[in-house]
Amino acid sequence: MHSSLWLSLLIALPALGALGAVLVRTRENWSYRIAVATATIEMGLAITVALLYNSAVPGASTFDFAGRWVLAAPFGLAYDVAMDGISLLMVVLTAFVVWTALLGARDRRREGAFVAWLLLLTSFTMGSFLAHDVLEFFIFFELTLVPAYFIIAQWGGAQRARAALKFFIYTFTGSAFLFVGVLYLGFAHQHQFGGDLTFAYSALSATAMSSGTATWLFVAFAIAFAAKAPIWPLHTWSPISYAEAPTAGSIELSALLAKLGSYGLLRFAVALFPLAQSNVRPVMLTLAVVGIVYGSALASVTPDLKRLVAFSSVAQMGFITLGIMTGSKIAMVGAVLLMFNHGVITVGFFLLIGFMEKRRGGPMQIRDLTGWQGPAPVLAGLFTVVMLASIGLPGLSGFVSEYLILIGSFATHAWWALVATFGVVLAALYLLWAYQRVFHGRSDDPAITDVTARERWALVPVVVLIVALGVFPRPVLDRISPSVQQVIEHVAPAGVTK
Amino acid sequence: MPSINYLAILPVAILLGTSVLLLILTALVRGGLATKVSTSISVLAGLATLVVSFVQWSYVAGHGATTTIDHAVALDGFSVVATGTLAVALVMATLVAHDWLAHGSVVGTQFHVLALAASAGALVMVQANDLIVVFLGLEILSIGLYVLAALDRHRSASSEAALKYFLLGSFASAIFIYGAALTYGATGTTNISAISYFLAGNVLLHPGLLWAGGALLLVGFAFKVAAVPFHLWSPDVYEGAPTPVTGYMASIVKIGAFAAFLRVIVSGLGTQMDTWRPILWVLVALTTVLGASMALIQRNAKRMLAYSSINHAGYIILGVWAATTRGNAATLFYLMAYAPVVVATFAVVTLVGAPADEAHSIDRYRGLGRRQPLLGAALAVLLLSQLGVPLTTGFYAKFAVLAAAVDAGGGAIALISLIAAAIAAFFYLRWVLALYAEEPVELDRVAVPRASALVIVLGVALTLVFGVWPGPLASLANHATLLFTP
Repeated sequence: MHSSLWLSLLIALPALGALGAVLVRTRENWSYRIAVATATIEMGLAITVALLYNSAVPGASTFDFAGRWVLAAPFGLAYDVAMDGISLLMVVLTAFVVWTALLGARDRRREGAFVAWLLLLTSFTMGSFLAHDVLEFFIFFELTLVPAYFIIAQWGGAQRARAALKFFIYTFTGSAFLFVGVLYLGFAHQHQFGGDLTFAYSALSATAMSSGTATWLFVAFAIAFAAKAPIWPLHTWSPISYAEAPTAGSIELSALLAKLGSYGLLRFAVALFPLAQSNVRPVMLTLAVVGIVYGSALASVTPDLKRLVAFSSVAQMGFITLGIMTGSKIAMVGAVLLMFNHGVITVGFFLLIGFMEKRRGGPMQIRDLTGWQGPAPVLAGLFTVVMLASIGLPGLSGFVSEYLILIGSFATHAWWALVATFGVVLAALYLLWAYQRVFHGRSDDPAITDVTARERWALVPVVVLIVALGVFPRPVLDRISPSVQQVIEHVAPAGVTK
Repeated sequence: MPSINYLAILPVAILLGTSVLLLILTALVRGGLATKVSTSISVLAGLATLVVSFVQWSYVAGHGATTTIDHAVALDGFSVVATGTLAVALVMATLVAHDWLAHGSVVGTQFHVLALAASAGALVMVQANDLIVVFLGLEILSIGLYVLAALDRHRSASSEAALKYFLLGSFASAIFIYGAALTYGATGTTNISAISYFLAGNVLLHPGLLWAGGALLLVGFAFKVAAVPFHLWSPDVYEGAPTPVTGYMASIVKIGAFAAFLRVIVSGLGTQMDTWRPILWVLVALTTVLGASMALIQRNAKRMLAYSSINHAGYIILGVWAATTRGNAATLFYLMAYAPVVVATFAVVTLVGAPADEAHSIDRYRGLGRRQPLLGAALAVLLLSQLGVPLTTGFYAKFAVLAAAVDAGGGAIALISLIAAAIAAFFYLRWVLALYAEEPVELDRVAVPRASALVIVLGVALTLVFGVWPGPLASLANHATLLFTP
């Protein structure tokens, strides 16, 4: 087993970087340099950890790098980190997203504070993905709200105050259910096993409970995660927040914070409450496919380019939920992979829309945009790649994950999978249609220019990942599979097949 | 003559004695006592109380909890920790008042004399093991506060607040003493431990008298802690009273009233839990939800904080509702976390509203965080702590009471009060947002005198340090058990 220091470093480094960026904020560009340096080291660390990861540590059920310290015994508060194949992918995604957000979506207004919040958000998100203690996860999960709130509220568009409040209140209310659920689970465990109050993940997953209790707890957890993800019908905060946030904020929200929801659903709601599965599965699957169809339908008619990506994310989160809830291993692997791919793809979308916004200014109304392809061919080309990956063109990353989810769920829940397949078709419809309206045609707007070299370089990693994971996803799948197998085996005795 | 444990009553003696000493000195010194001197004496008295509470702690750890003066005063871990918390709040509130007094709108040492006496009353409530003694403390505390609220003679709002507080407060006191009388009628004693023993050993065939007594006691306490629907006085009084007095009220009164509340309800009437628990349940739901919702529509910072403190009272009652060892510890922990934060928050409000103490519109805070980053950041941290964001003590305070409630089978009420926290988030955040609003407002810089700065720094430091590392506070609260719980 590797030392947990690696993970602690992953959590602490961005926080230290944030502190450094604040301290030098009066000097021009220094905050930004410190932030980029921090993000680059963080990226290197994340890749190192991903390469070191060993799924076969005896007795740790595919977790590696584990370490636990109790901080306040009466509260059951502990610092406990560990990483398995699922969190590994999320850790790499976190490091990647902040890195590209810093490079590609630089915001020069009061830059010191901006990059500090961004790095702090990275630190808290890392903490959430690495937490191996349910209470600790909850604390990090809540903490991510603060930087995200300030980023939207201070650097956002015209309606930023409303967007920030809506985002905060929605997720905070959702968390109320999670909090009560976590406390209940902790006490249920203490009453069964005695000893000090503990929220350790491995301990709590051994708690015995009736299927009724499990169902209620699952619902409490799922409300919080559905609000965060967002899963239909708790998605209504997301379009305004995605549209009003600054580019880097939209990237963080959709590519990272949304994944906290789906990750939580898989790691905590599904894996901790196996007995709830048979009760909640039909409901959750239905919500997932409704989200797919509904998100796609709204994405087809929304007049705003950023909102289009927001609604498309609702649809994609539907696919992820479908993959997590079917209980099929293939679909679950696909869902974890889609979390990663969707993150990368939305980074691409929002970066490109950010570039376009910088040239034109103002809200990105589709009907005001036309004929970008002529003056900006490279930008159009990059948009095409990202779009095709999102549609699920074979050979690009989106295809692999959607394919796995669909074949996995066809085997277990054919009807739902059938409806979900329409979502793929709809995605092609709304994205291609939007592309036609924005890029085709003729425009003599002098503001439209092609991407600069710097912007081009910011997108290179995105395109590389999209193509690489589309052609050769094997190394990633190998890392996810053992951990997903663990989850399935833990849940399986409660009646999961295939 | 009953035996007296002088260590037990030493804190009360210090505060009351200093109050009398200041009164005499004012009369003797030609031209009155300088504010600096009287503040120093008050602060020293507060610090002495804090030191004595440490001595008491080691005494209780060595000898166990005890009662004195014919069992009318209790010395147990709970009272000791509450005393220490009260001493810290007193020192902080005194320092805030010092800068306000230095402006000269209120001359003389009245503030300090009254504040010390009222704190002595709160300490009596903390230690009281007899309904009559509780009443005694309640009256000393309240009468001091009636005068304190009226202290700013240049503003009619101050006198109005005092009159309102006095009229409604005396009703509450009357209700309380009537409740004590009925309880005496039902049990034959006013001593809290004796009531508990009596009720544990006897079955009341006709419990109506006891229930009526208990209900009236409950109303008295609910009024003092401003629980909905007995809260109507609080926004007006908070708004009208001089701001430093409001900060004093929000912390000291809560500590005294809740300590006595807990001792009477959980320790004295603990056997009747099944009867009073549903009532408290409703009280918690109303107080948290209405406190948070009403705060949403306020435009005045002090009224907003009044509703915020109503909201907090709801959470503290949730700890009482649990009526377990964990619940008692949680109530105490909440008070320890809440008192310094609320005093520091009012310190900022005092500074922003200075010198006339009238400009408390939320618009005064627009862009404060940009003009004065440190002051703005401090207020933001204090507000986030009140909201209950992790890494502040506010989070663990809410965590403690909610954990106690869930442990005692109150999942539903915990959920209701948490949703109230989400509503409350709305107005705390709106305030924080105003701090960092962009539009330039032509306002003068807010002057930050040294004493207030110290209080603000102390408040922020306490909430952040123990927010990251709550272990010591938590274990203190957990070892501070009540004299007995049935």
